[in-house]
Amino acid sequence: MKAALAERAADVRAAWPPLPRRTRPQRTVLAIRTPLSRRTTTILTVGSLAVPFACWVVLSATGAVPATFLPSPGAVLSVGWEMARSGELAVDAWTTTRRVLEGFGLAVVVSVPLGILMGTFHAGQAAFEPVIGLLRYLPASAFIPLLIIWLGLGEPSKIAILFIGTVFFNTLMTADVVRGVPRALIDVSYTLGAHRGEVLRKVVVPHSLPGIIDAIRVNAAAAWNFVVVAELVNSTAGLGYRIVRAQRFLQTDKIFAVLVVIGVIGVTIDVALRLVRTRVGRWAA
Amino acid sequence: MGRVTLELVDVSMDYRLRGKEKRALDSVNLTVSPREFLCVVGASGSGKSTLLSLVAGLTMPTSGQITIEGHPITGPGPDRGLVFQAGSLYPWRTVERNVAFGLELLGLDAAERSRRVDWYLAETGLAEVRRSLPRQLSGGQQQRVAIARALVCEPAVLLLDEPFGALDVQTKEDMQLLIRQIWRDTGTTVLMVTHDVEEAVFLGTRVVVLASEPGRVAADLRIPLAEDRSLATKRSPAFLELRASIEDMVRAQHRGGVTA
Ligand SMILES: Nc1ncnc2c1ncn2[C@@H]1O[C@H](COP(=O)(O)OP(=O)(O)OP(=O)(O)O)[C@@H](O)[C@H]1O
Ligand SMILES: [Mg+2]
Repeated sequence: MKAALAERAADVRAAWPPLPRRTRPQRTVLAIRTPLSRRTTTILTVGSLAVPFACWVVLSATGAVPATFLPSPGAVLSVGWEMARSGELAVDAWTTTRRVLEGFGLAVVVSVPLGILMGTFHAGQAAFEPVIGLLRYLPASAFIPLLIIWLGLGEPSKIAILFIGTVFFNTLMTADVVRGVPRALIDVSYTLGAHRGEVLRKVVVPHSLPGIIDAIRVNAAAAWNFVVVAELVNSTAGLGYRIVRAQRFLQTDKIFAVLVVIGVIGVTIDVALRLVRTRVGRWAA
Repeated sequence: MGRVTLELVDVSMDYRLRGKEKRALDSVNLTVSPREFLCVVGASGSGKSTLLSLVAGLTMPTSGQITIEGHPITGPGPDRGLVFQAGSLYPWRTVERNVAFGLELLGLDAAERSRRVDWYLAETGLAEVRRSLPRQLSGGQQQRVAIARALVCEPAVLLLDEPFGALDVQTKEDMQLLIRQIWRDTGTTVLMVTHDVEEAVFLGTRVVVLASEPGRVAADLRIPLAEDRSLATKRSPAFLELRASIEDMVRAQHRGGVTA
């Protein structure tokens, strides 16, 4: 009976047309998760910077866009050099950087332990997740007027905006990372004699560290954005303040110069954090 | 040192699943003597992992009592070393620092630690890779690290939950020979869970068959094979007969569970 069945199946299959052939596409630049040749990588990397820059040069040099709107790279460079020489730029850059260090630093100091707590203990999650989940949807910039009423126009309100803008996200992201510590790793640690605090210190924290640094990297970028916004409102120094001043006098070249500086410092922070991440997370690679 | 290493008396375990109670283990009685190598076999879902997790102290039984060397179990501890199927090494620690973990917790100084770690690394054939990270090891090597890490704490009983389940056949046989050798060299008591009957008969001095739904002890057999076992043992008539009869039992218990 089995044989008869097989025979019938074979008969049916004989009548089927052959399956269409799919040609395997050649290896392309867009093959999923396939490493590129060094040359292609270089071309793409250089291009992604060079093309926009070339557009800038062409647009400003041909006068297609008036210089008041789009200053030439040369003009930006010379005004930047001037600002640097007068010492004004260093003061602004340091003022802004210090605000980030203070505001975001405070946020990290609060959010990392809080996130670890939330990711480790259900009680921590139950107590904090709802309120933080809500608070993070309130835009930090909307707090600026309130904070000025509460804290005045000085430094504290700016630090507070940075803090509010980053602390909730960093907490939730840290908690997520900590929740990713495999159950088996925690269980096995207990069977090796670890107490709760030791599991936290010797297992949960080291396992989460690379992920926590990743979260900090993402939120450092956000902090860097918030500080400029905060400085737009009321300041006497800082890169954001410099932009507002320049706008009043229609100094587009100065705005551009400050933007370049903001970008450079931001990238420097990111690269530094990435180096730390690579060092700490070598085991995960 | 008591006559009994591990004793389970009327141990039952219910899980709550979406408000409904599900009985995973039903009135299990089991006694493990010092130096025994007890293998627990059973179909998937028969409660093997549950049993180990209860003995490890990671979960508490719904009813019944478990004692280790006469003391009731109140939680996990290094007197019951646990090895999972895979993925329980500390990925940021080198092999030797993984093995040293339990000794660090005990506060042993570096010299004392490395003396002991060295012995277990040699015993498990890991001396060459002592400074490697877990991700740089093969699956078999990783399991050896997990075993060494548990053994260095000198547990009263070594708990193994399908420790070779994720390995290929050759590596698995190497590991079987290794765990036999470790068992004989260290005189440790072993409680191992597996669904591989051949493995259970080859390794065990005793095999317990669990029935499914709910998990119960269906059979408890002494393995009358010589202490000295090699891969050739697996081809001996006595071995094959034992294996076949236990496999029949496991299958019968499983089918019983499905139709019940
Ligand atoms: N945390 C849990 N919550 C609810 N039910 C569970 C839980 N853990 C196990 N169970 C149930 O208990 C029974 C026994 O599970 P257990 O994991 O002990 O089986 P096992 O014999 O180890 O199976 P396998 O061979 O597949 O590993 C199963 O029916 C399972 O669905
Ligand atoms: Mg299991």
